[in-house]
Amino acid sequence: QAFRVDIIREEEGTLEFDMVGIDAAIANAFRRILLAEVPTMAVEKVFVYNNTSIVQDEILAHRLGLIPIRADPRLFEYRNQGDEEGTEIDTLQFQLKIKCSRNPQAAKESSDPNELYFNHKVYSKHMTWVPLGNQTDLFPDADFRPVHDDILIALLRPGQEIDVLMHCVKGIGKDHAKFSPVATASYRLLPDITLLQPIEDEAAELLQKCFSPGVIEIQNIKGRKVARVANARLDTFSREVFRHESLKNLVRLARVRNHYIFSVESTGILPPDVLVSEAIKILMGKCQRFLNELDSVPME
Amino acid sequence: VQADGTDGNCVTFVLHDEDHTLGNSLRYMVMKNPDVEFCGYCITHPSESKINFRIQTRGTLPAVEPFRKGLTNLMGVCQHVLNTFEVRLSLKRSGA
Repeated sequence: QAFRVDIIREEEGTLEFDMVGIDAAIANAFRRILLAEVPTMAVEKVFVYNNTSIVQDEILAHRLGLIPIRADPRLFEYRNQGDEEGTEIDTLQFQLKIKCSRNPQAAKESSDPNELYFNHKVYSKHMTWVPLGNQTDLFPDADFRPVHDDILIALLRPGQEIDVLMHCVKGIGKDHAKFSPVATASYRLLPDITLLQPIEDEAAELLQKCFSPGVIEIQNIKGRKVARVANARLDTFSREVFRHESLKNLVRLARVRNHYIFSVESTGILPPDVLVSEAIKILMGKCQRFLNELDSVPME
Repeated sequence: VQADGTDGNCVTFVLHDEDHTLGNSLRYMVMKNPDVEFCGYCITHPSESKINFRIQTRGTLPAVEPFRKGLTNLMGVCQHVLNTFEVRLSLKRSGA
């Protein structure tokens, strides 16, 4: 197969890569798996011991569930159906215990809440990991905490406190969107811009303005300005060129059929290249499951 | 598995817990097989997570064959993609 993968750009949480020579069905399958079937850990059950804040119990629990947790889901198992307690192999326990109090040293006329109160903003950094069972032995150097420390969970005033215990389990995005490991995963096809006739001078300038910057380049050949397609990849396909009568028939906009530009943005739980590898392995796992069933169940 | 007709040429497989993710890519793989006369899948109802996958072969080949081959080919494609991706990733990392 004339297939290749090019990594274009890799940043903190984003990966942009190209797949050439693959078909739409498989590219879409990867995208769907990245969004909905790569497992992660997220807060599922919240045991509320004391919540005297303004935020209702269920709203607080909903917000806690959406916080991304930095825990490699491959180290854990899925929880069995109907298992309420949770064992150490499938559950991570976190505690959030915070109380707001008045600051006795604040100035008399100040109205800034940062000065007046202690702990009036509950951030995700206040969540602490409580090891279950032998988890301290299983994960000696692991540091399980939320990915971002500055997610605001609730606001408190003096006398209010929050005391909850949270269980994190492994799940997939199909079940609830909080388990999705990507901020977004998308792909687009490489644009293919062909100039049917040579375009010169003012028409060339107009053409350059019609496309996104960097797509069309003007070269000076024998004293005349000639337009050339420099980098079709940057084009966003706004079809501005078809609004101009003079240029309408001279340009053909199309897409290269099997060149996919993928863009994967991770929420921080797993790096995006690991996510792509996991997605491919999950697709293989699905095929294997059906192959095994074919072999084990006798066909009539 | 529901078989249609007296020969094993035309079989409808009911796959549980699946959707377009596997259905479309598997259909693509099976269609590449020249022995297959008809291949399609449909989702019976969007609330239920199962698909009807139908294969009809020309000649006397049992329909299970292209199904098995399609699954194996899809696994091969995935493996190839994974290998290429990892190679390129390590190249990029070591080159940077």
